[in-house]
Amino acid sequence: MRDTTPKPKRAPELTPRPESTPRPDPMLRLDGATVRFGGRAVLDAVGLDVTEHEIVCVLGPSGSGKSTLLRAVAGLQPLDDGRVFLDGRDLDGVPAHKRGVGLMFQDHQLFPQRDVGGNVAFGLRMHGDSKAQQAVRVQELLELVGLPGSHTRAVASLSGGEQQRVALARALAPRPRLLMLDEPLGQLDRSLRERLVVELRELFGELGTTVLAVTHDQGEAFALADRVVVMRDGRIAQSGTPLEVWQRPADEFVARFLGFENVVGATVSGEAADTPWGKVPVPSDAPQGEVTLLVRPAGVRLVPAAEGLRCTVAARTFRGTHVAVHLQPEDAPRLEAACALRDAPETGGEVGVTFDAAEIVVLGGARAA
Amino acid sequence: MKRRAEVRRRARTGSAARLGLMAVPVAFFAVFFAYPVAAITARGLKADGVWRFGRIGDVLAQSDIRHVLWFTTWQALASTALTLLIALPGAYVFARFDFRGKQILRAVVTVPFVLPTVVVGTAFLALVGRGGLLDELWGVRLDTTVWAILLAHVFFNYAVVVRTVGGLWSQLDPRQEEAARVLGASRFAAWRKVTLPALGPAVAAAALMVFLFTFTSFGVVQILGGPTFSTLEVEIYRQTSEIFDLSTAAVLTLVQFVAVGAILAVHAWTVRRRETALRLVDASGTARRPRGAGQWALLAAVLGTIAVLLVLPLAVLVERSFDAPGFGYYKALTSDDSGIFLVPPIDAIGNSLQYALAATAIALLIGGLAAAALTRRDAGRFVRGFDALLMLPLGVSAVTVGFGFLIALDEPPLDLRSTWILVPLAQALVGVPFVVRTMLPVLRAVDGRLREAAAVLGASPWRVWREVDLPMVRRALLIAAGFAFAVSLGEFGATVFIARPDNPTLPVAVARLLGRAGELNYGQAMALSTILMVVCAVALLVLERLRTDRTGEF
Repeated sequence: MRDTTPKPKRAPELTPRPESTPRPDPMLRLDGATVRFGGRAVLDAVGLDVTEHEIVCVLGPSGSGKSTLLRAVAGLQPLDDGRVFLDGRDLDGVPAHKRGVGLMFQDHQLFPQRDVGGNVAFGLRMHGDSKAQQAVRVQELLELVGLPGSHTRAVASLSGGEQQRVALARALAPRPRLLMLDEPLGQLDRSLRERLVVELRELFGELGTTVLAVTHDQGEAFALADRVVVMRDGRIAQSGTPLEVWQRPADEFVARFLGFENVVGATVSGEAADTPWGKVPVPSDAPQGEVTLLVRPAGVRLVPAAEGLRCTVAARTFRGTHVAVHLQPEDAPRLEAACALRDAPETGGEVGVTFDAAEIVVLGGARAA
Repeated sequence: MKRRAEVRRRARTGSAARLGLMAVPVAFFAVFFAYPVAAITARGLKADGVWRFGRIGDVLAQSDIRHVLWFTTWQALASTALTLLIALPGAYVFARFDFRGKQILRAVVTVPFVLPTVVVGTAFLALVGRGGLLDELWGVRLDTTVWAILLAHVFFNYAVVVRTVGGLWSQLDPRQEEAARVLGASRFAAWRKVTLPALGPAVAAAALMVFLFTFTSFGVVQILGGPTFSTLEVEIYRQTSEIFDLSTAAVLTLVQFVAVGAILAVHAWTVRRRETALRLVDASGTARRPRGAGQWALLAAVLGTIAVLLVLPLAVLVERSFDAPGFGYYKALTSDDSGIFLVPPIDAIGNSLQYALAATAIALLIGGLAAAALTRRDAGRFVRGFDALLMLPLGVSAVTVGFGFLIALDEPPLDLRSTWILVPLAQALVGVPFVVRTMLPVLRAVDGRLREAAAVLGASPWRVWREVDLPMVRRALLIAAGFAFAVSLGEFGATVFIARPDNPTLPVAVARLLGRAGELNYGQAMALSTILMVVCAVALLVLERLRTDRTGEF
């Protein structure tokens, strides 16, 4: 892995892929890729490898440069510095239509004046396939995405989910070496999104497609990807399997982006840390001194008020499998705790809090403002 | 450092492609516009091989010339304001209302625009002049006032506003206004805050065209203005063909050139600032039947305006053409014994159609290439300057262009004086700005990501244009072709200089006939004008059909 950002120290049992294992040559390699818009670096010396058959999801808030990354690989956005290699070939100066990559746009960008078949066949026509070849491939793809027999339908008559399927079929039709997806499910409603993300993963697995997707939705990224790359301000903040990123966020930015609220500055000495919430136990191998600490909601245990940090229950949010309880200690930042449904205290009630060392992570990187 | 050089090289490749697209239009304008205009200017300002720029000051110091300048400017401003005032409701009605006979009415509205200016002047003379319809009915005469000129200008330019503004208006998504209404805006406020800004570039483009046409108005002013009112163009014509004072004409040409250049520069600036990627939708889905008394009243008012202002003068024209027993004026057209032409006047129809078709093809090629080059948002300053430059032929005296063709393209290597292509070339010169103006807003409104989607799927830049841009702008392209064709059919100022006596065009034939005294000549002119009107109407109806046939693809 050639990511520029240093990785946080990992607990040994959480490193499933030892760094020493030789990786095959990457299909896609970005080397110091930089794009500036009026002096501001939207992509800042990004290095990224994608191996054949791998599904990589770039995750980040809007403005983090993830769409620009895709556009740079597609050849729609010239690089100000750095290089892009596809199968070892330097793509510098290769125009978009000769790169042989597929890109599914955020809002699909289906051609409004063509019907479904015309959209799917577009790339095949551009590559000079015969009419017969086109017809076979279009049929094959429409069946693959679950829209058999819809060749002649007008694009305007499609629902959001159907448009998404047609866009996917269109992108897959010319058999691109690399398929890129820009917020592939962004505009669809939640239940459809959750169903489609599973379908996509299965489909890509069957086809052996190499995929580079970007999204701002962590659920989508975790469900789809073999590897997640978190971006921040044009740089890669963390790269790893969904499990790695979820269990060991690299820094406070990643932790907060993943939705963790219980992040504070702390001073570690021995197996305990000084925090605004009092003494908190930390894993035995934690680095000593000034650190940033993440307490997972599951690590916040509720006890009778007298037996721990005294908190008022500010709010409760039902999350389906559990209840998120927002606790307000005196003179300290709020805490979020995850409770079983029947154990959740009433809003306004008084509870005590203790911490579980197994659910506490020492984060790398500087403390964010 | 090597990387920097490569990035720069790539940027240069992009602009090289753009320059390649522009090479043909640039060459066309250099040879057939700049060169003739320069030639006539040199002829006027150069005496014995020495430039005499002092002439400019001398000419401008004359009080009658200053009077001409002042009148030219204020009548153009007044005509533009009046046209917008009267035609914008019409644009709205055509864009948003669905009613029976709309297509025919759209063609009817466009017909005046393609009529030769001489005929428009004559038609209004027949309506508001001495012995005209109003004079007969109520004793009202307007031909001694500026109102006759202003009304004729509105008659002439109504279609410009309806087509340019209405065309875009019909493709604006009505839901944008609905969104504003839901947010608490009144009907008028929603229009003012949402639709008007979106229409801004189109309104500006239309106003600019109207201003240019009226600023350089020739036939209308010459007939209705009498000795009292004279525009720059009329004065240039007078100086060139009546007084043979080439140096005064050259100075006036330069003045007009500078004034028009300044207006175009301002226009290019405003358009650039305001043109945005609009949400265009299928025009057939945005119009609906009028609802409520207010909308019906508006429709009635617009129909009434069209009837009085546009149809009535033409009706008078037709009526006068039949004002001889047994179609006498029409029969006279087929004989060549009048001595004015070497051929029967009726031959002018075939000539005009051939010339206009050739001119349309040239204008579409040149204008299409220019519009494609100008579409890119990253166009540099040089390209944007070219945008304004393309409009110049509209503002420069057609008389100057025609006369310049005669004196500049008459010797090797460019001796075109005896070839038929000379007339279409001059007409295309006037048609190109229409093509560019019509295509550019639509091309720029095409979502750039559709082009990117096509590129990623393997389409080369040329294929992208053919597969994405062309289908979206086919409609605009047809409208542009119609405009170019119509302008070529009606072109008079330049053609009058270069059309050969044995191959007259319709407007030239009409003008020659009008220039002769006698009732038969006047009647023949009316008959020929009527034929020209019918030819234009048929051409436009065909175009309207094409338009609706293709809208299904959008």
